[in-house]
Amino acid sequence: MIQQLANDVVARALKLGATEAECTVAEGNEFSASVRLGEVEQLKEAGSRGAGIRVLIGQRTGSATTSDLTPEGVERMVRAAIDNASVTTDDPFAGLPDAAELGSIDVDLETYSEAVEQLEAEWKIAQAKAAEAAAMQFDPRITNSEGGSFDTYLSSRAFANSRGFSGLARSSSCSIAAIPVAKEGEKMERDYWFSIARRPDRLEAADLVGRLAAQRAVRRLGARKVSTQKVPIVFEPRIARSLLGNLFEAVSGDSIYRQASFLNGQLGERVASEYLTVIDDPTIPGLFGSWPFDDEGVRARRKVVVERGILKTYLHNTYTAKKLGTTTTGNAARGLAGNAYVDHGNFFLEAGSKTPEQMISSIKSGLYVTELMGQGVNVVNGDYSRGAAGMWIENGELAYPVSEITIAGNLKQMLLDIEEPGADLEFRGSVASPTLKIREMTVSGN
Amino acid sequence: MSFTDSFFARKFGLTAADLEGYLSVALSHGGDYADLYFEYVATSSLGIDEGIVKSASQGVSLGVGVRVLSGEKTGYAYSDDLSPDKIRHACKTAACIANGPAKVEKTGLYEGPKRDLYPVLTAPNDTTLNERVELIKRADRAARAYDSRVFQVRASYADNVREILIATSDGTLSHDRQPMARVNVTVLARQGDGSPQEGYAGGGGRMGLEVFESDKSPERYAREAARQAIMQLDAIDAPAGEMTVVLGPGWPGVLLHEAVGHGLEADFNRKGVSAFSGRIGQKVASELCTVIDDGTMAHRRGSINMDDEGNPTQQNVLIEKGILRGYLQDNLSSRLMGSASTGSGRRESYQHVPMPRMTNTFMLAGDSTPEEIIRSVPKGLYCVNFSGGSVDITSGNFVFSASECYEIENGRLGRPVRGASLIGNGPEAMKYVSMVGNDLKLDEGIGVCGKEGQSVPVGVGIPTVRIDQMTVGGVA
Repeated sequence: MIQQLANDVVARALKLGATEAECTVAEGNEFSASVRLGEVEQLKEAGSRGAGIRVLIGQRTGSATTSDLTPEGVERMVRAAIDNASVTTDDPFAGLPDAAELGSIDVDLETYSEAVEQLEAEWKIAQAKAAEAAAMQFDPRITNSEGGSFDTYLSSRAFANSRGFSGLARSSSCSIAAIPVAKEGEKMERDYWFSIARRPDRLEAADLVGRLAAQRAVRRLGARKVSTQKVPIVFEPRIARSLLGNLFEAVSGDSIYRQASFLNGQLGERVASEYLTVIDDPTIPGLFGSWPFDDEGVRARRKVVVERGILKTYLHNTYTAKKLGTTTTGNAARGLAGNAYVDHGNFFLEAGSKTPEQMISSIKSGLYVTELMGQGVNVVNGDYSRGAAGMWIENGELAYPVSEITIAGNLKQMLLDIEEPGADLEFRGSVASPTLKIREMTVSGN
Repeated sequence: MSFTDSFFARKFGLTAADLEGYLSVALSHGGDYADLYFEYVATSSLGIDEGIVKSASQGVSLGVGVRVLSGEKTGYAYSDDLSPDKIRHACKTAACIANGPAKVEKTGLYEGPKRDLYPVLTAPNDTTLNERVELIKRADRAARAYDSRVFQVRASYADNVREILIATSDGTLSHDRQPMARVNVTVLARQGDGSPQEGYAGGGGRMGLEVFESDKSPERYAREAARQAIMQLDAIDAPAGEMTVVLGPGWPGVLLHEAVGHGLEADFNRKGVSAFSGRIGQKVASELCTVIDDGTMAHRRGSINMDDEGNPTQQNVLIEKGILRGYLQDNLSSRLMGSASTGSGRRESYQHVPMPRMTNTFMLAGDSTPEEIIRSVPKGLYCVNFSGGSVDITSGNFVFSASECYEIENGRLGRPVRGASLIGNGPEAMKYVSMVGNDLKLDEGIGVCGKEGQSVPVGVGIPTVRIDQMTVGGVA
């Protein structure tokens, strides 16, 4: 039904004078159960829908969105988009993808599982309780909790444009989490663990989620500040993801055409150590960055972004590609309306062969990072400075917890200083990394 | 304006009797309390990039959220369709959090007193699109004219007008119309073959477009963004380690938001998971520090006539002369803690459950002049702009990221320094405040606060302050 609505909206826009039009209609159903100290704390259940349109009148663009899907609401939306196009400026690069780029890959991406839809509320609540209970029982120092939770989300997204594309993608997700609080003396520390999957049988067990969360919280107790020094830094996989996120921003066509990236003008150049190979692949089944077509209707494809340290491609939508005289890489994304921006599919660092223990064993003095805080990353010039917490490495082993420190460097140098990554690549969302080690950064403390 | 003349009564024909009926359904399974939150938001946004107006968008979002409380439990459901059967369905779903016969006696709804902190002559979305486009064109021109080293300018304008109606089983019926407008400018500058540098500025408030004809002009924000980008061209590496830090007035008040504000939100304290839990009456800052959260300041971005549970906002003293005084309360936590709401229950939209949040958080002015404060520092860092921050409320560790800093050498400002994060511990950091300036300034109106996935607009403010010891996360 939403696909038909998307088709109708495009037709209506053309009738009202649009030269080109593209429409997204999305619907979603959310359920969330949170428990705290063994009791249900909050249950939330609801569904919502929304539509958005972008029109071109000549080379001018206008957009509008609405959650009012009555015929009158939709008509108002289409007319608003056309009105909006009257105040924008001709942009010679504005346009829709070439017809040859449009289409959907012919693979079951397993982004939707009926099993998620069939989960009973009571079972979901029991899972949340089990995760929290496992955390509470893990150690006597776990004295409190911000709770356990089990959430599900089902969604459908239809997209149609005036070049004949019309498609529908469905997705499901379920997730389980625990946030225990550990206490020793007057000091408290909290941490969390979670598991998220497209289908319930891919989730980590509630019990494991709880125990890992508790283990992490307890491990932080007694954290010290260390003195300011330059040392090797090891990022655990959950945290290494954020560095990949920074790299993505730097190779995004949006940053490149604005000359707002430290990787501008580096195509074909060495930008990282030979240990770094980064892939963007929306065609892997069952993951969170998997899609059959992007948000402009362009067929999904795998790209090697960095190969053994050499920058092979930037990531583009139709607009950023045209600006730079190249073709889209199928990385368009958008909310319901508006000009597309660039997003990644499954964006990940290829695993190496080392265990995290091996990576740490050669470090005499260094930092194993388990938390990063704050914004502190400037993709324009590469400056990097973030709050951190983790474990201090002494003579090749994790020695004691540290916090209230920062790590700083410049992304240009950090990429060149990456050493052989771990073998422990794991997908916990659409950006993924194994354990990552950087030869040297500045730790600031006392 | 009374309820019968209000937006939802006129546009959707809602009557007080309808609302009472829905509340009865919500309480039919034995809940202690229920509320309905109707919301209609009209937004518009415009963007200029490379001198081309590339985007113009409008949006409408409407729906109703239904909440039922039963002891510490919350049931929540919403509908984006305001037909009676859909609203009733949401009420039934939320009702199921409780399990038993209805126990709340039906009360009539009455309207409390109303106030008007943000009267506007013409709501931003009632002006012509061309008037709004002109604002970003002005910003674009001013940024490009500032310096020949400016090579990229992006400016955006966004407004929204939010109509809300709240009916609670306590019998209150309240409605509000909340306008908001803002302009942002991002500038890139480059010198020769050097690395580009970025500057960013913006502002706005709960006003019509007249706000941009005052000192909050697009030209001023454009020049400010350009100035920051140009300044960065000559910046040296930031230092690393503990040192004396002087914060400039205004936006650096984000320190208070992170170091103190979040940790005083009542939900964390009710659960005993905040570093400030159980510390009311204790000294948590130097006696020079008095910190206020005030939702009643006219036309400010963080202000609201009433919170998203229908309670009037107020001026809340968080820290008085260094002593922790109070928490920010919403309905749920205040019920369970046996205190009163402080008008701090806020939510992102009808799809979200309200929770205690800040409004405008600032420190009262002291006696020192800003010049005296800088002159008092033999060696340190002067930070005047920040790009944001975050906090771990349980350990109390917070970080905020400076985007414009200068060296202080022998009581004088020195060279500009590149961006760096500053890190500290909430209940400890403010004990090191040794001087507070007489120059309290509030931010320009661009703050967005995130908590548990919900974003709300907020404000911050601070006078110039000297902090004797803080960890600066540079490389040098």
